[in-house]
Amino acid sequence: MNLLETTAPIAASGLYSWAWLMIAIPAASAAFLLVGGKLTDAWAHLLGTAASIASFVIGLLLFVDLLGATEGSRAVSVPLWDLITTGDWTIQVGLLVDQLSILFVLLITGVGSLIHIYSIGYMAHDSRRREFFAYMNLFIAAMLILVLGDNYLTLFFGWEGVGLSSYLLIGFWYFKKSAAVAAKKAFVVNRIGDLGLLMAMFALLTQFGSTSFVVVNQNAASLSGSWATIIGLLLLLAACGKSAQVPLQSWLLDAMEGPTPVSALIHAATMVTAGVYLIIRSHLIYDQTPTAQLAVAVVGTVTLLFGAWIGTSKDDIKKVLAGSTMSQIGYMMLAAGLGPVGAAFAIFHLLTHGFFKANMCLGAGSVMHGMNDDVDMRHFGALRKAMPITFLTFAMGYLAIIGFPFTAGFYSKDHIIEAAFHESVVLGSLALIGAGVTAFYMTRLMMMTFFGDKRWLKGVHPHESPMSMTIPLIVLAVLSIIAGAAMNNWIGEWLAPATGAEVEQMSLLSITPIGIITMLTVAVGVFLGWWFFRGEVPSTVPANSNVFAIAGRNDLYGDAFNEAVFMRPGQHLVGGVSWSDDHLVDGGIVGGSTGMVSAAATVLRRLQNGYVRSYGLTMVAGALLVGALIILGRLA
Amino acid sequence: MTFPLLTALGVLPLVGALLTFLVKGNPGKMLAFAFSLATLALGVWVFVQSGDLSETHQWIPAIGAWYALGLDGMGKVMVLLTVVLVPVVLLAEWHVGERQPGWSTRVFFALALLVEGLALFVFLATDVLLFYLFFEATLIPMYFLIGGWGGPRRGAAALKFLLYSLAGGLIMLFGVIGVGAHSAASADGPSFLIADLAKLDFSGGVGRWLFLAFFIAFAIKAPMFPVHTWLPDTAEQATPGSSTLLVGILDKIGTFGMIRLCLGIFPEASTWATPVILVLAVISVLYGALMAIGSKDLMRLIAFTSISHFGFMVLGIFAFTTQSLTGSIFYMLNHGFSTAALFLVIGFIVQRRGSARIEAFGGVQKVAPVAAGLFLVSGLSALALPGTSSFISEFMVMAGAWQRHPIITAVATLGTVLAALYIMLAYQRTMTGPLTEQVSEHFRDDLGWREKSVLAPLIALLLVFGFVPGPLMNVVENTAKDAMATLGMTDPAPAAVEGGK
Repeated sequence: MNLLETTAPIAASGLYSWAWLMIAIPAASAAFLLVGGKLTDAWAHLLGTAASIASFVIGLLLFVDLLGATEGSRAVSVPLWDLITTGDWTIQVGLLVDQLSILFVLLITGVGSLIHIYSIGYMAHDSRRREFFAYMNLFIAAMLILVLGDNYLTLFFGWEGVGLSSYLLIGFWYFKKSAAVAAKKAFVVNRIGDLGLLMAMFALLTQFGSTSFVVVNQNAASLSGSWATIIGLLLLLAACGKSAQVPLQSWLLDAMEGPTPVSALIHAATMVTAGVYLIIRSHLIYDQTPTAQLAVAVVGTVTLLFGAWIGTSKDDIKKVLAGSTMSQIGYMMLAAGLGPVGAAFAIFHLLTHGFFKANMCLGAGSVMHGMNDDVDMRHFGALRKAMPITFLTFAMGYLAIIGFPFTAGFYSKDHIIEAAFHESVVLGSLALIGAGVTAFYMTRLMMMTFFGDKRWLKGVHPHESPMSMTIPLIVLAVLSIIAGAAMNNWIGEWLAPATGAEVEQMSLLSITPIGIITMLTVAVGVFLGWWFFRGEVPSTVPANSNVFAIAGRNDLYGDAFNEAVFMRPGQHLVGGVSWSDDHLVDGGIVGGSTGMVSAAATVLRRLQNGYVRSYGLTMVAGALLVGALIILGRLA
Repeated sequence: MTFPLLTALGVLPLVGALLTFLVKGNPGKMLAFAFSLATLALGVWVFVQSGDLSETHQWIPAIGAWYALGLDGMGKVMVLLTVVLVPVVLLAEWHVGERQPGWSTRVFFALALLVEGLALFVFLATDVLLFYLFFEATLIPMYFLIGGWGGPRRGAAALKFLLYSLAGGLIMLFGVIGVGAHSAASADGPSFLIADLAKLDFSGGVGRWLFLAFFIAFAIKAPMFPVHTWLPDTAEQATPGSSTLLVGILDKIGTFGMIRLCLGIFPEASTWATPVILVLAVISVLYGALMAIGSKDLMRLIAFTSISHFGFMVLGIFAFTTQSLTGSIFYMLNHGFSTAALFLVIGFIVQRRGSARIEAFGGVQKVAPVAAGLFLVSGLSALALPGTSSFISEFMVMAGAWQRHPIITAVATLGTVLAALYIMLAYQRTMTGPLTEQVSEHFRDDLGWREKSVLAPLIALLLVFGFVPGPLMNVVENTAKDAMATLGMTDPAPAAVEGGK
């Protein structure tokens, strides 16, 4: 166990004291675009993109500076202002720039800027493009608060902020009922997860009187076992909501209702990985509780299979990718649940996944752009010639996600599978199966979209997308290939102080037995995908599907479960409460509303009968009552 | 003798009300608005004063009644809430009298000023009898505000409001007489001053009965389950402006009174009754939220959200930690702003459609994006999203209450999920989706400049205090600390910190 992480971060000076600008610039841009209204329509997309790039540049400068700093001074705290100072509590708004957060900053602002550029072309014909860029900027700001906050409460501001921007962007085309419903669902399901984070904070305040990472980390070892487990499970609940892990996974598939750049940025590359970040940030709490740690690994494993299964049976290209995202985040969660061995692998896979999944989501957007916004892969086919750049970039993402040797996913995913095997054969085997299924469904996607016969609908003329869309694709495709090799030998050591990761020398070329088995499994998956989908693909869903495909198409009945267990009983509860409020509370127990009011009105009318003597009588009665009370009071 | 600033603050809107009754027509309206702005200026001036402003004069020596005014941290924020909301309400209801035959807008304005002046005196009074008199007096203008303008069944709603309030007032009268009698029997002679009563020993049987008398009155006022049913009926019929005055300001007297009188005079009985009150508070939180989810009428929905929010306030008060009490007091202010924004923006929307039924809407965002956007922002404040001040107070209440009662608090946190449901469900059904014919028929325009300037200050306050709550929290923290001292309680120490803090 590394002890470096308990050293307090050093105070900010120079460039670091301006770190808040990374958040303030996109936030100000968002506010300006929303309040400025139609006046800014003409150049809103340029301002929004510039704001995102500005944050990226600041992040890059900080990163270069951290690279040059000594290991002990790579965690810099930037206190901003006191949020709550009451009783013994002092909760600050502050930032923490360290090895972990700076990687996220680069991912968020880097991929974010590329997606902003892409959106200029993608949203060119939308009359509300200004609003879109405002929300995207809002997201960048909130996501940076989430990863830069130096305590759980500041993190929570970002946590809810990304939830809000996600809500606004999923429901961007609010006039479609499906989009509005999906947005609401995402918000509400996320709130269930937020419950976990809220209660974890309450428990941390009870235990430590603070929500700051430094205080919590310094004292984590003195946490009692049961409280460590409770806090660990509560944080896991939060992570499940944000990262769409079982059992709070159901919102992510519906979230694909949003514009595709949103799916790429928020629901693939960045926001949905926030849960993994939270778990890694809290690793010292998890070190105290093997139970919660195991729960994290189990949730990750279940979800990686769950998502992959869904990925095999969907015909909507975005939903295949959404299932795949759930599944890949499952790998990260699994790694995070393996303790110090897995922490760096989780972040490593998180970064490479950010590149290749953003690449493929944007690629899917490019395909949709050429296919009149159709998402059904049964209407695609043979697109590799119609859109060569999209095809080539997508193919690089494909190689990365299946873990083709020497691509990004090869390094990051194999490490996780290997670490899982060291922890437990069961977890390892399941992760291995997941890799095979991933290869299968991604091959299926490639075959149905880019190969085979044309199954295009009438009036569809696929064409390559404009430069503003293809250039980001090319950049991300290159990263999908090289990012793994580039970071493989570096990231473990870099992250060790912040995540408690164990430094392990990882060679670029050496191949372990488990690595060979993984490659074989992937090869089988690719072969099966090719075999089943090499021929004709029916342009409608075949009726004679097997039970597994039907289950997958129905999201493994996640919605049916929620409906039966939560929604229906909830509706009955609301109905029952409403009825009893009318009939019991208002009617019987506290005094019949209609009955009592009219009766009282009659009494009041009688009282106002104009006879002085009855007024006098009332006054005497009142005086007697008061007098009696006073006497009683004296006696008491 | 120094200038009686507090008396002036309370009298100014009363004078304004009187003049508004006398001056006919449009000038009367302008005059009322001017007075509300002058009160706002004076209120802010009072708020920033640091010295002792209290005024104490003998009133009825025989029974120990005093004309005594004073201002602590809690009083200051309640003054701030009152003086901010009244001009906002007047601006929002600028044409209230023109919508239906009957009483004019000017009379509405005069009554609103009356409510303001009387409510200010309630928040300033430091003598129980004085407090009680103004407490009851606020009913009169409020009754006419509800009965005079609004829906077709407003008369019945006003009567229901009056009966519940009178019942509460009567119960409180027993309490007032009881504490007076108790103090008359004490060695120092009779006194209704809260400071003097706090010195007496009210522990044991009679003290508990007197505590209950006050608590029941305040529970009706603040509406708590199960004495809440008057509020939804009233909010459904009253104008949004009247509802704002009622829920935003007058209902706060309930929670204000719980801290000022129940905790201040009866510390022993307060701790004695805590288990039952906490359970009722949590029931209010969940019950109000469930009822809001089931509401078919937007105005009733807001009323039920308030019942849920008052549950949180009471939870914070009776959890007895500095943080939860501070959170509750801050909650009173935030809830005032937040509910006002929600009532008023939905009022503007309902007025265009001519109905508050949720099913009468659909796709409004298309024709009135600004109105829909402001509905969403106000709603996010109601569901306590971080970045709005409501979050800070709800967080403080729950985090503080967790220190003593983790299980009960955990149940109450379910209210935050239900809150997301009641806001987002209503928003989705009314504002989004395809534009319905009935909406496109009725919506001629989006919000105008007057309506925007009603909402802008409220939303600005919610956002500013959402990120920088410090200055206000420091003001109210003193009241929380005083209450803790009276109760003889200290905050639980952190359980797992090595070597102390």
